[in-house]
Amino acid sequence: MKFKTFAAFVGPSVFMMLLFIAAPLVSVFIQSFQVTQSVLEQVEVETCTPGFLTQTCTTEIKTVPVLGDDGKTITETRWVGLESYRNVLQMDKFWEAVGNGSWNDIMQIDFWRALRFTLSFTLLTLPLVIGVGLAIALAVNNAARTIRGPVIFISLLPFIITPVIGSLSIYWLFVGDGILTAMMERWTGTNISMFAQAWTIELLMYFYRVWHVAPFAFVIFYAGLQTVNMDTLESAVIDGASRWERLRHVIVPHLMPLIIFIALIHLMDCYRVFEEIVGFRSQAHVISLQWLTYDFMTPDDAGNRAISRASASAMLTMIGIVFLLVLPLRRTWRDHKGSAH
Amino acid sequence: MFLKRIALAGAVSLMGSAAFAACSYQNEVPVKSLSAGFEAWKAVTDAMAECGNFQAELDQEFRTKQPAAFEANPSLYHIGGVSNGTITPLMNAGTIRPLDDLVEKYGQNLTPNQLIRINGEIMAVAMMVNTQHLMYRSDILADLGIEVPVTWDEVYAAADKIKEAGVVDYPLGATMKSGWNLAQEFVNMYPGFGGAFFNDDNTTAVNSEAGMAALETMKKALDYTDPEVLVSDSTYVQQQFQQGKIAMANLWASRAGAMNDEAESQVVGKIAMSAAPKATADGAPATTLWWDGIVIASNISDEEADAAFRLAMEGLDTEMVTSANDAAIWLVNGYQPTEIAKGAIETATAVPAPPAYPSTTQMGLLHTALGNELPAFLTGERDAEATLVAIEEAYTTSAKEAGVLK
Repeated sequence: MKFKTFAAFVGPSVFMMLLFIAAPLVSVFIQSFQVTQSVLEQVEVETCTPGFLTQTCTTEIKTVPVLGDDGKTITETRWVGLESYRNVLQMDKFWEAVGNGSWNDIMQIDFWRALRFTLSFTLLTLPLVIGVGLAIALAVNNAARTIRGPVIFISLLPFIITPVIGSLSIYWLFVGDGILTAMMERWTGTNISMFAQAWTIELLMYFYRVWHVAPFAFVIFYAGLQTVNMDTLESAVIDGASRWERLRHVIVPHLMPLIIFIALIHLMDCYRVFEEIVGFRSQAHVISLQWLTYDFMTPDDAGNRAISRASASAMLTMIGIVFLLVLPLRRTWRDHKGSAH
Repeated sequence: MFLKRIALAGAVSLMGSAAFAACSYQNEVPVKSLSAGFEAWKAVTDAMAECGNFQAELDQEFRTKQPAAFEANPSLYHIGGVSNGTITPLMNAGTIRPLDDLVEKYGQNLTPNQLIRINGEIMAVAMMVNTQHLMYRSDILADLGIEVPVTWDEVYAAADKIKEAGVVDYPLGATMKSGWNLAQEFVNMYPGFGGAFFNDDNTTAVNSEAGMAALETMKKALDYTDPEVLVSDSTYVQQQFQQGKIAMANLWASRAGAMNDEAESQVVGKIAMSAAPKATADGAPATTLWWDGIVIASNISDEEADAAFRLAMEGLDTEMVTSANDAAIWLVNGYQPTEIAKGAIETATAVPAPPAYPSTTQMGLLHTALGNELPAFLTGERDAEATLVAIEEAYTTSAKEAGVLK
């Protein structure tokens, strides 16, 4: 392809990526080293509150922002180095807890609690998604042609549902006397509260995520299965290879690049787990890194938001993703170079 | 939440085209409002829509949208629905205007009680008061011969008896959803034990005896509530009541009307209200007083402000109150308190009276810190002392970042 044609095709996409990904990333990176504060002053304020019949007025010293001539609050921004990162990571508390050998103490620090969940969520769902996706793909591939269409359609449904809606549905099915909890209670004869302790909530989250993402893996694998070399398979049959051996030695190696691809996408998506936390209202028991960033960002009733810590936490999340992706990426790189020679 | 929004969006588009039914004049200037979405706001915005050219946005997430929307120039909304908690960011940013001249022009029907003065200037017009109060199943308490509890100790004693009798799933309901709701429970309980939230130098004072007492009292509730109480918000508790699953709860007065809604409730006429329980026998009810009302944006033209205020007065008139009498504890002329309002009025007029929610920049930060750190105490991962220390540390970190503490 001529360079000019190449540039014309890639240009818009590169421009969009620079505008919507790179530029915000740079600004978040800078903000994570800055703190922006309103200039505050202490003034005596008289505030009146209605009771049912009469008002009570109180006079108190309030800390309020100073307004400039243009009617906007005056803010000042200063560089604080790694302070926001320190506030998020709380390394002093972390090392103290490690010194005491107390896992429980480490889990009391928001960042580490979130990291623990995010990592186990990402790493546990990964093999499940790949396994379930492959299983569905093999099942569909071996199903009779007539029912294949409907089966594919039904298997894809979970993937179509918006994640927040999906997690809310699971929440409603299981919370309190939700249909499914009521059913389980009838079977077991005991009172079940799925959202009362951390491990049941986590279990539901794993279940939900695998249910939601497995169709994606399935579609990719199903496409891959159509390109398996039939000659190799047939000769394997003649050699007396069992179904399992054919899968192990012919199909899986053929699908390996796809497995890596799905692993990459899944690691990236899962590390940003968020919908489950909000949908399941699990903040009391389980939080994730992405939720932590969101929580810093959300303004409280008085309008404060911790932008600096949110930026630091977002940067840490990105660093985490890069770490996770290094391994599979190195493998793809090697394969890529191998095939080039 | 999403379904509700879709429904609201539908409602909003209908409102725009609603016939000019019972308005005394026709509004010519387009006016928009942003407020919370509960029953009382629906009544008020419906009444305003009757004058035409009015668009209401009812959104329970209004608190995150309002400060930015009002800061725009021109402001995205003319009228804002606020409470004493959410007026603070608007006041701080100077995005709402003093209403003295407008009140003089159009506010003949307002009572002095409704005018919210901050430093002498009228900054908002209140329409209703809100507070928590004790809601209980009068039939169950009567059957078991239990006196209506006045203090939290009595509430737990009563809960014990109800639990033993086994007449409902859980004796108590509580709005302990981690985050804002749970923090609010502490904000109610802590002043009840005589605690102050801040020292003079803006550091927090929650790590105190009153703090310990508040935490212990809150934790006792867990013996009597649904084990999933850390996900239950006001709507959830309201539904538990309506479905006959709980017998008592300290719940928002704005939720009382729903108990007698025959379309939703199985316990119509069985719920009674009394003052919010006290933390100590001679103290104030352990709750905070709130008001809801309207503000007018400053980044709009004077004509628009004039039209918006006139419209708001039309929405807050006696006619509206008579048609939606039980939707709130109205401050508007013409309100007839019914049985439903008894608890809230008892709470608000108690001696000593509960404090108003102390809305300040620091309180916003402390509220967040409480919401994030309290769950670990209630799940048993951390003891009371460590929790108070954690709250203090979390507040200090965010207060330093916000510049409140040096």
